[in-house]
Amino acid sequence: MNLEQMYQEIILDHYRNPEGKGLTEPFDVEVHHVNPTCGDEVNLRVNLDWSDAPGDDPKVWMSYDGSGCSISQASESVLSSQLNGVSVSSGMAAVEEMVALLQAGAEPHEPDEELLGDAVAFSGVAKYPARVKCALLGWMAWKDAVAQALAAHAAAVEEKRTND
Amino acid sequence: MSAAVDVLDVASIKRDFPLLARTVRAGRPLVYLDSAATSQKPVEVLNAERNFYESHNAAVHRGAHQLAEEATEAYEAARATIAGFVHAMPPEIVFTKNATESINLVAYAFSNSTDLARGGHPADPRFVLSPGDEILITEMEHHANLVPWQQVALKTGATLRWIPLTDDGRLDLTDLETLLTERTRLLAVVHQSNILGTLNPVESLVRSARAVGALTLVDACQSVPHMPIDVWAMGADLVAWSGHKMLGPTGIGVLWGIPEVLAAMPPFISGGSMIANVTMAGSTFAAPPQRFEAGVPMTAQAVGLAAACDYLDRIGMAKVAEHEHALTSYALMRLEAIEGVEIVGPVEPVDRGSAVSFTVAGIHPHDVGQVLDDRGIAVRVGHHCAWPVCRRYGVPATTRASFYIYNSTEDVDALAEGVVAAQEFFGGAR
Repeated sequence: MNLEQMYQEIILDHYRNPEGKGLTEPFDVEVHHVNPTCGDEVNLRVNLDWSDAPGDDPKVWMSYDGSGCSISQASESVLSSQLNGVSVSSGMAAVEEMVALLQAGAEPHEPDEELLGDAVAFSGVAKYPARVKCALLGWMAWKDAVAQALAAHAAAVEEKRTND
Repeated sequence: MSAAVDVLDVASIKRDFPLLARTVRAGRPLVYLDSAATSQKPVEVLNAERNFYESHNAAVHRGAHQLAEEATEAYEAARATIAGFVHAMPPEIVFTKNATESINLVAYAFSNSTDLARGGHPADPRFVLSPGDEILITEMEHHANLVPWQQVALKTGATLRWIPLTDDGRLDLTDLETLLTERTRLLAVVHQSNILGTLNPVESLVRSARAVGALTLVDACQSVPHMPIDVWAMGADLVAWSGHKMLGPTGIGVLWGIPEVLAAMPPFISGGSMIANVTMAGSTFAAPPQRFEAGVPMTAQAVGLAAACDYLDRIGMAKVAEHEHALTSYALMRLEAIEGVEIVGPVEPVDRGSAVSFTVAGIHPHDVGQVLDDRGIAVRVGHHCAWPVCRRYGVPATTRASFYIYNSTEDVDALAEGVVAAQEFFGGAR
């Protein structure tokens, strides 16, 4: 294992030229996640788009801003480029796949490239337990924000139903 | 080639530390620069623990069989050795799990005394807090000497105040007279900062605190392992430190206290061994230090820590301090010579210890640490449990190298070369 396997060129590219960095409006929910061991921080907003959402599976738009190490910053950039405008269900599937990839430890996990895109480049991080949280920070924030936005939407629908 | 010469015979010292002979990552020799987090252990410490378990193990201060006597003797002999190491007497030494617990023991003396007084029970007024009372700490405290006082303030209604920092990483004592007043009930201050390396003037601070009638607690985690300490000369009421940062085992810390102050403190953890008399209706408590050592204590760890004190005493703490001072001066010089490197903490090797924190322009500490790790160099990256210090200096985190008796100028060279390699790795492909 050497540094280049962990810091793949694709990761360094995203780190140097992050995609979609900067918070935008409108948004349903903003979350702030911190990695308490190192102080990496991310603010992440999601906006659920229910227009032509099949059933209860809206599209999710996200924006983010944060600070931290190259792994966390690159991972947030990849997250933004991979998950902007996808449905909740496929976004959640991608997050799960990312978690599986990073928590593989010694057992190599064959990643689903379809779901993860550039994020497969983070496979080398799985061998460094101390860095796994860096790579997952933004993805966990996305999951949390979407869950909160869905819950808020459900509560609003329920309130409307009782009022009607 | 090193520009400096080591004070101690590092090659010979290193042979006493089995772990330092191992390699890491892809067969790299280990360069261990994280002793401010925890130190490595010499074989004498390991043998002392092993010998205790192999030959004398029994529960101390209970039982009348021969092993119980031997174990008790070993435990109390360890207390005497550790007391001697800091020029104290054995009854002044309370064994705890670590320094964090030592500080919590004092924090709970305040909140438990306050609870007792509120319930109409006897409590020493020095440990009873009410709204209007103040606890004074500094902005450079480790979380272990910050969070417990935030909790005490919440529970008692007292106000937490702190001495701010100067831009060059020292205590800003300009407004000390408005911070330290007759409202101050406790001054809790770190002797040597684990992140900045700053050595604080605790003797004069403690004297000022005493003059206004405040109790005083010194967090000596980063000083007892690295320099000669005489707890009585320091002048504080209470001093806390841990064993694992001074070549001893994990699982043992110390709270030293003036006997009369310890005696005024109610128990923290209660149960067996810490009582004088027990009935179904109530209990009375043993005198310190037993009052604060409930349950079967960490006996092998105490024996191991005593062996660590003996090991350090044989080298001589003045020599240890001299060795580290030379290394620190050399490290500050080597790091400062690298463009883009900023020391976070005093830049001059004056009144500062061997924890050297720094940032590298454009490279996050995690990434610096990763490149160093790839070269076999173990440093600490992050906020070092002193997050407010990072906030004060506007950095998310730092890289910290810290030195001990087994580090050499070659290790400093390896560090400086590693930092340059990190700059090449992250900058070169740019």
